[in-house]
Amino acid sequence: MLIFLVGLLAATLRVATPLIYGTMGELFCERAGILNLGIEGTMFFGSFVGFAVAYATGSLWLGLLAAIAAGVLAGLLMGLLTVSLGVNQHVSGLGLTLLLTGLSLFAFRLVFGTNRVQPSIPPFPQIAVFGSLPVLGPIFNQYLLTYAAIGLVPVVWWLIYRTSFGLKIRSAGENPEATDAAGVSVFRVRYLALGIGGGLMAAGGAFLSLAQLGSFIFGIINGRGWVCIALIIFANWIPLRVLLGALLFGGVQALQLRLQASGAKVPYELFLALPYLVTIAALALAGRNASAPAALLKPYRRE
Amino acid sequence: MYAVELKGITKRFGPVLANNNVDFSLKKGEIHALLGENGAGKTTLMRILYGLYSADEGQIFVAGQEAHIESPRDAIQAGIGMVTQHFTLVPTLTVAENLVLGYPTGFNLQPRQIEKQVADAAGRFGIEVRPSALVRHLSVGERQRVEILKSLFRNARVLILDEPTAVLVPQEVDVLFETLNRLRSDGMSIVFISHKLNEVMAICDRITVLRAGSLVGTVARAETSPHGLASMMVGHETFGVSREGQQAQGKILLEVEDLSALDKKGLPALKNISLRVHSGEILGIAGVSGNGQTELGQALSGMLRPAGGRIRVGEHDLTGASPDRYTAARVGRIPEDRHGGLIGELSVAENLALESLDPFTHSGMLDRKAILGNARRLIAEYQIKASPTDRTRTLSGGNMQKVLFARALSRNPQVIIASQPTRGLDVGATDYIRTKLLEQRDHGAGVLLISEDLDEVLALSDRIAVMYEGEVVGILPAEQATRSELGLLMSGAKRGTAASGSLPGKEAASHAA
Ligand SMILES: Nc1ncnc2c1ncn2[C@@H]1O[C@H](COP(=O)(O)OP(=O)(O)O)[C@@H](O)[C@H]1O
Ligand SMILES: [Mg+2]
Repeated sequence: MLIFLVGLLAATLRVATPLIYGTMGELFCERAGILNLGIEGTMFFGSFVGFAVAYATGSLWLGLLAAIAAGVLAGLLMGLLTVSLGVNQHVSGLGLTLLLTGLSLFAFRLVFGTNRVQPSIPPFPQIAVFGSLPVLGPIFNQYLLTYAAIGLVPVVWWLIYRTSFGLKIRSAGENPEATDAAGVSVFRVRYLALGIGGGLMAAGGAFLSLAQLGSFIFGIINGRGWVCIALIIFANWIPLRVLLGALLFGGVQALQLRLQASGAKVPYELFLALPYLVTIAALALAGRNASAPAALLKPYRRE
Repeated sequence: MYAVELKGITKRFGPVLANNNVDFSLKKGEIHALLGENGAGKTTLMRILYGLYSADEGQIFVAGQEAHIESPRDAIQAGIGMVTQHFTLVPTLTVAENLVLGYPTGFNLQPRQIEKQVADAAGRFGIEVRPSALVRHLSVGERQRVEILKSLFRNARVLILDEPTAVLVPQEVDVLFETLNRLRSDGMSIVFISHKLNEVMAICDRITVLRAGSLVGTVARAETSPHGLASMMVGHETFGVSREGQQAQGKILLEVEDLSALDKKGLPALKNISLRVHSGEILGIAGVSGNGQTELGQALSGMLRPAGGRIRVGEHDLTGASPDRYTAARVGRIPEDRHGGLIGELSVAENLALESLDPFTHSGMLDRKAILGNARRLIAEYQIKASPTDRTRTLSGGNMQKVLFARALSRNPQVIIASQPTRGLDVGATDYIRTKLLEQRDHGAGVLLISEDLDEVLALSDRIAVMYEGEVVGILPAEQATRSELGLLMSGAKRGTAASGSLPGKEAASHAA
């Protein structure tokens, strides 16, 4: 039983990692007033670029950096559409996801051809922080990016609530007119937030290709971006609760994998659906008194 | 040398010429009024100075130097601060956070530290605020003080206030004026935008009048009078309409008992309201905006379902009834939101027929001839400047309001619910609408006049009820109502004591007797 729980916890952290990055990225965007539905595509793009660069250079770190840079660019493109041109945010975001998904697949074919064998690289290793701790060991044997994801939570909290930059982001998402009148450029703040957000989303995608899998497959993101969109609502746009939500979803996901493997006489699709059912239930409970940034979805224009 | 000088400012919004070659100069240490009717272009001119709009033509000089102000940031750097009509505070942030937003503090923000900084500034300028309070918990008056302090905090030497008194009760206005006088003696230059003559005469040194986007002139207060200013503002004498004589109270036409209702967020908006409107009287509802007036107007026309209480019109119990049953019971309504009461894409004729299609329908078909005939008759009778086939959205505010009036009054209503009937209208249209309301009263209708314009309520009403936080806190006969008495009631500082014999509960009793 203990071994089961330890394994479950370890897996939970692993599953939660890309969700933490993705949702934190979305948090920056939405706190500044932009719903970034490009998240699914940005994560996909990040995992592709990360893999391709790591494959070409042989450096996982360069791959990660390239992925983040690609994510920043994707965020800025979202900014061009929604901030500068004032295009509807739903349309821009979905369009961005379609564009980046298609682009990644196309580039993958172009670079790697249609080999029978899946190209792969040796992924990031897991690091046991407490050496060979008995029993509990697996929990503290994680990827560096997983530790970084958890470390990210207080950093984002500090940035959002305790810095002048965070104050500008929160104001731009709540009342862009007031922000502008206070002499802060809403455009600049929103672009910055989208850039940071895009970078984080892409890092989440790159975690999958560079750490967890060591390869790039077409179903690599598999709706995780959309889960992040749900998590941000569940988290009420609060960093600490993002962690909570990601762990909850990760936990249920890890549990369902184990239940499937247990060979219970239940259709496996039921287990597959479990995390999403929990997400919907959690949203229904938490979404009721959710308080989205007031200016979310509203383009800002000055006469 | 002037603190600020604007030369030849022109600004167009599409076809609208909002500012037409306007000159304006502000001396150091003066309070300078920018006076004009709604739509005269006051806000536009000052938003240009503050960098919120950019002028099509013209120059701005600050302390003698030409300044290129392209954004509020530029304006702030030039020492200009503005308190806009709709406050530009972020409600979810604290007072201190709102103040330091965009102000060059360090990257790291410690709540305690910025709150102390703000408290110090507040003390220095003698403006009372609570730095750690969330802005959304503050009253309108408090928010305004935060806005003023925000400008001062950024070392503004020129302060622009856009209709600062519109949202205040008279007592808060006094506090504001004290603050402004103190700032003036500290050498601050202040632009005070207003359309209220008495305020301008009370506090300003010089007055610049705009009319329809153009400069009419600048005068010193000592050399003018409210009368003179009024004729500068409108080009002719103004607001001649007011109630005359006392009507004998007729029978009760509208009776509201213990009415309560929730607003869109599910919070109580109306709390146990009891009112009666008699034949031949205007009952005015006064109050600072947002104290339940909107919901009262909606509830009394079937647009908002009451959570409790009763509404009777004549013999009919209309509690919870739909709008068409109100219409059938001969309730005419002038909704607060004119654009919501009319359908902009439909023609004037169609809008005029909309509330009662039966007379214009034959076996399911609309009788276009009858609809047009009806429209021609009403357009002539109500002096609407439009043709029956014009799209309604192309009409000016005043003409839209006349369409609404024509539609409501043509059905010969016994009760009229008029919400903010003259808001945003020019003097001509305002006079006309007020005349019509008085005419209806004289013909025996009962009028409920909901208005945030205290002068309007005082000029027209036979009795005045004051709303505060969803309650009727007092009902006064017009003879007993003074501005200060009403102000106390409107601010919630006082509940109904002066209204002896006219309290909602007692009113019911006195009628029973
Ligand atoms: N942002 C805008 N877009 C279009 N028209 C505007 C805008 N702002 C003001 N106007 C128009 O310009 C004119 C002047 O408006 P404004 O400056 O607000 O007047 P005031 O403050 O004197 O009431 C009005 O006709 C108004 O409808
Ligand atoms: Mg104005």
